[in-house]
Amino acid sequence: MRLAIFMGLMLLIGLSLGIGAADLGGDADTGLVVAVSRVPRTAAALLAGAGLALSGAVVQLAVQNRLVEPGLTGTPEAAMLGLLAITLILPGASIMAKMAAASVAAMAGMAVFLLLARHVPRQDPMLLPLVGLIYGGVFGMGGILGSTATWFAWNADLMQYLGVWQTGEFSGVLRGRYELLWLIAGLAGVLYIFADRITLLGMGEDHATSLGLNARQTMLVALCIVAATIAAVVVTVGSMPFVGLVVPNIVSRWRGDNLRANLPLIALAGGGLLLAADILGRVIRWPYEIPASTIVAVAGAGLFLWLIHAAPRPAGSR
Amino acid sequence: MIHLEDLCIERDGRSVLRGLQARIPRTGLTALIGPNGAGKSTLLHAMAGLLPPAQGRVMVGDTDIAAARPQHRAHLAALLTQSPMIVPRLTVSDLVGFGRWPHHRGRPDPHDRDLVQAALTEFDLQELAGRSIDSLSGGQRQRAYVAMAYAQATPWMLLDEPLSALDPRYARDIMDRLWSLSRPGPDARGVVIVLHDLGMAARYADWVLSLRDGLLVSSGPRAEVMTSRDLSDLFDTSLAVEECRGHPVVVAV
Repeated sequence: MRLAIFMGLMLLIGLSLGIGAADLGGDADTGLVVAVSRVPRTAAALLAGAGLALSGAVVQLAVQNRLVEPGLTGTPEAAMLGLLAITLILPGASIMAKMAAASVAAMAGMAVFLLLARHVPRQDPMLLPLVGLIYGGVFGMGGILGSTATWFAWNADLMQYLGVWQTGEFSGVLRGRYELLWLIAGLAGVLYIFADRITLLGMGEDHATSLGLNARQTMLVALCIVAATIAAVVVTVGSMPFVGLVVPNIVSRWRGDNLRANLPLIALAGGGLLLAADILGRVIRWPYEIPASTIVAVAGAGLFLWLIHAAPRPAGSR
Repeated sequence: MIHLEDLCIERDGRSVLRGLQARIPRTGLTALIGPNGAGKSTLLHAMAGLLPPAQGRVMVGDTDIAAARPQHRAHLAALLTQSPMIVPRLTVSDLVGFGRWPHHRGRPDPHDRDLVQAALTEFDLQELAGRSIDSLSGGQRQRAYVAMAYAQATPWMLLDEPLSALDPRYARDIMDRLWSLSRPGPDARGVVIVLHDLGMAARYADWVLSLRDGLLVSSGPRAEVMTSRDLSDLFDTSLAVEECRGHPVVVAV
């Protein structure tokens, strides 16, 4: 099985390096195209997908709800608000300053969601995603934070920026413009250290605390990891729906919820899914491109329906 | 010994437990009984140190449990909360293994693995060790959670309604094991258990605390607390404690 996953991923990477608008082996300087565009693009899709999938797993354990993902917690919308704010205040801000603003805003946005989640009754697992939808919005539509961002951008004449952040895609990824995503690899390392604690959090705050876990502190670590990951993704390639929802659910069904044991698999599957979506987006209307976020949205919507249909019933109702 | 010293707990500004004064013996099985909303679960959580008292304190041995660090608390008392809404997809051995977490903090050594094996054996879970707990029956799952609390190797085990929705056979099975664990000895556990089933309380408890509306009604050896008159008053309905084949039973009359 492991070999199959590894081979599949290698195949995707090979395809990703070989496919694109510029014809390798033609007039273009093959080495240059690969080094400046294709390798960064492939790495960006893998890193963003891994980060989104891991964030999804963390959020689902932290709020004990499998139907939630970072995109349904207002985190990307909050990151966009942070980006809008810094673009207005410091028009020429460096990418690190933008990243910092987006991260801080994402943390605040997710913290509010976590506070909301404490007051949402747990009996019906569909309730929390709905709250997230109203709070954050999805696909730049609706939602308190999403609408605020739109209103803000409209008034400041920054709608174009907002559109770029809302529609995640990789065609703009070039060497020198995506390296921030490597932060995700570091965050995954931190996550590995905290994985057991976050799994414990998934057993409920009381139970986790009785096992000697500092639940508040663990929640804060989880929040920082997710917010920084989402901010990095939004800043560099734009937000991507569904990866954080679908991948952890499929892995959980197959391999369970032990985060430490499954972390590599979640990361690889997330990276693979997003890379596959990007490759598909490159070939469907060749030589034009369809954003990877559109592809995952279409595929993800189908998978989401399947997940709702097959959602586990609450323990008491059997 | 657990001492409740003038314990008052508030939740959301409402007084839930008022002036509890009682002691719980170090070995033996102690049942918390009382009508719905009496504050039994709250008391159990307070004994685990999860609810800081508005007044008074809970002394577990010579530790003020609410003031202790979480890590220290986890070495004194294992708490089993009521079954969660979402069951995590962990294997039985992973779940029981997390019972050792307070001891190894993420780095289990062979000793931890031995104790997990011992807990699996003690609760007859060896054959289910590789199964995911969300695929188990209610009785098996509850047994896995109790085994997890046992693996924590604390002097005290605090269990909130571990028998809810269990078939009589599984309920008895769990109570038999808990009863044996609480017999005096070098590895004796003080077992404190919230019970709705008065029959189980009458059959297994050595010591009983009865609560109503946040007040302690009585506490003491089972035979003294669980009398026909006291139970009838406590639950506001006519109950009788009778003897059946040498065992006390509670019947509605």
